[in-house]
Amino acid sequence: MGSSSTVQASLSGVTRVYPAGGAGKPVHALGPIDLELRAGEFFSVVGPSGCGKSTLLDVMAGLAPPSSGTIAFEGKPVRGQVPDGIGVVFQEDASFPWLTAYDNAAFAARQAGLPENEVRARVEHTLSFMGLMPFAGAYPAQLSGGMRQRVCIARTLVTRPRLLLLDEPFGALDQQTRLLMGDELLALWRETGATVLLITHSLDEAALLSDRIGVMSARPGTFIDLVETGWPRERDSRIVSRPEFGELTGRIWAGLRDQSMRALAAAR
Amino acid sequence: MTRAGIIRIGVLVGAVAALEAACRAGYVNRQAVIAPSEMVRGAWRVLGTQEARGHIAETLTTVSLAFLLSVIAGFAIGVALHRLPRFRRAVDPLLASYYAVPTFVFYPVFIVLFGLNRWPLVAIGFLFAVVAVAINTLDGLDRLPPVFMRTARVLRLSPRQTLLRITVPAIAPWLFTAVKFAVAYSFIGVIAGEFVQAGSGIGFAIAFAYNSFDNLTMYGLMLLLFAFVCTLNMSLWTWEQKLYARRGGR
Ligand SMILES: Nc1ncnc2c1ncn2[C@@H]1O[C@H](COP(=O)(O)OP(=O)(O)OP(=O)(O)O)[C@@H](O)[C@H]1O
Ligand SMILES: [Mg+2]
Repeated sequence: MGSSSTVQASLSGVTRVYPAGGAGKPVHALGPIDLELRAGEFFSVVGPSGCGKSTLLDVMAGLAPPSSGTIAFEGKPVRGQVPDGIGVVFQEDASFPWLTAYDNAAFAARQAGLPENEVRARVEHTLSFMGLMPFAGAYPAQLSGGMRQRVCIARTLVTRPRLLLLDEPFGALDQQTRLLMGDELLALWRETGATVLLITHSLDEAALLSDRIGVMSARPGTFIDLVETGWPRERDSRIVSRPEFGELTGRIWAGLRDQSMRALAAAR
Repeated sequence: MTRAGIIRIGVLVGAVAALEAACRAGYVNRQAVIAPSEMVRGAWRVLGTQEARGHIAETLTTVSLAFLLSVIAGFAIGVALHRLPRFRRAVDPLLASYYAVPTFVFYPVFIVLFGLNRWPLVAIGFLFAVVAVAINTLDGLDRLPPVFMRTARVLRLSPRQTLLRITVPAIAPWLFTAVKFAVAYSFIGVIAGEFVQAGSGIGFAIAFAYNSFDNLTMYGLMLLLFAFVCTLNMSLWTWEQKLYARRGGR
């Protein structure tokens, strides 16, 4: 099961400082961060806005170099390139407007050179799983923001990543839809057996979906708390009514409240 | 057809009919303008002659060369400038003021350089079109969402794959505008050059007919040119509208 404790990705002493642009000062955006992601776990990151969550994702994926520290994925150092086996869904809408939902979903698999019948099998499976099959022929302009984000998730899933990095994929959705999407994400996670790192600013979402939650401080973001939820692997959004759920969100918020106020004060 | 389309056709038909009536009633000097029906007859007669067909083929070849070269070079220049922001900052004012310069004055220089053949015309059409292509390519690249490039890196595409599979389709609307400019400017540059100094081509033939008071040939050729350019533009426009409808303006 996914609860095996092999380490799939690890960060040690990772920081990221954005160099000074123009007249500005360099921005210390992240770290130092130490983290070990266990193979198959569902890990969420919560933190105040601007604390460096997206930066953390960039560095983990090999999209941006760390200013110090090291990152490893499946035992090999991550440097300058995105390693095979990592899939990323960005915070921004990255669906390609010139392709249908189907072709968007097939894009990565085709680029990887998979035979077309294999591509079709995977795309159809993924699209129907995500409830997008009726919209396979639609262009992103004809889909809602949430559906476009699901198209991006499908495009990533079709490549069968072993580590899935999701940056606020449901940011644009209302609370009810978010809960349902969360259930979908859980089912997906169980089906694929992949490790998931989910960035979110919703405490409920983190408490509901995760095995573990990393609570980040205001910028420069570091982990101030690592919370084990202890949920069973078979779970869904109905656990919001359990008393432990309230305790969990309470604990996360206790850590976060102070940090969020600091972030807000710094922004003023 | 849309309401606007019907009105547009009505206006055109009305204008042509008014000209026809005015010519037939003798309000217009036949030495200056001939009736539209005469123009059609002229065009038909012109199409029947070997010589005129030669001029038409000549011009279309020259324009195609100017068009192709300007699109290829303009796109390459746009991509290169986008990759070299420092250099771009240096040449930006030059690009912005380019169309304030009457490029056409270089035509005699090109004739001296290349001789009186097709190439000075290609050069002048190219010069007219190339900067419009470069500017539109740059504009498209500036608006390319950075997240597309990040996606390309996550999918581990090569620079070539990224260009062909992501960049070009993403900026297709801008490239379309570039192509439309390139068509129009290559035509203007080449025809104007033929008018001024050339041994063949539609522009030359129109000037020749004008000088020999051969209004039937002159208006026939003008009508043919007009019809061709309009048809080309309309097809590009229709294609572009289809593209936009799908992409919803993105
Ligand atoms: N390219 C960049 N150059 C300079 N500073 C940057 C850059 N990208 C991000 N930053 C800064 O780094 C800090 C962290 O940014 P990041 O996008 O990682 O935050 P985040 O936690 O994802 O925020 P949000 O919750 O709003 O998505 C911010 O203060 C931001 O201004
Ligand atoms: Mg972010």
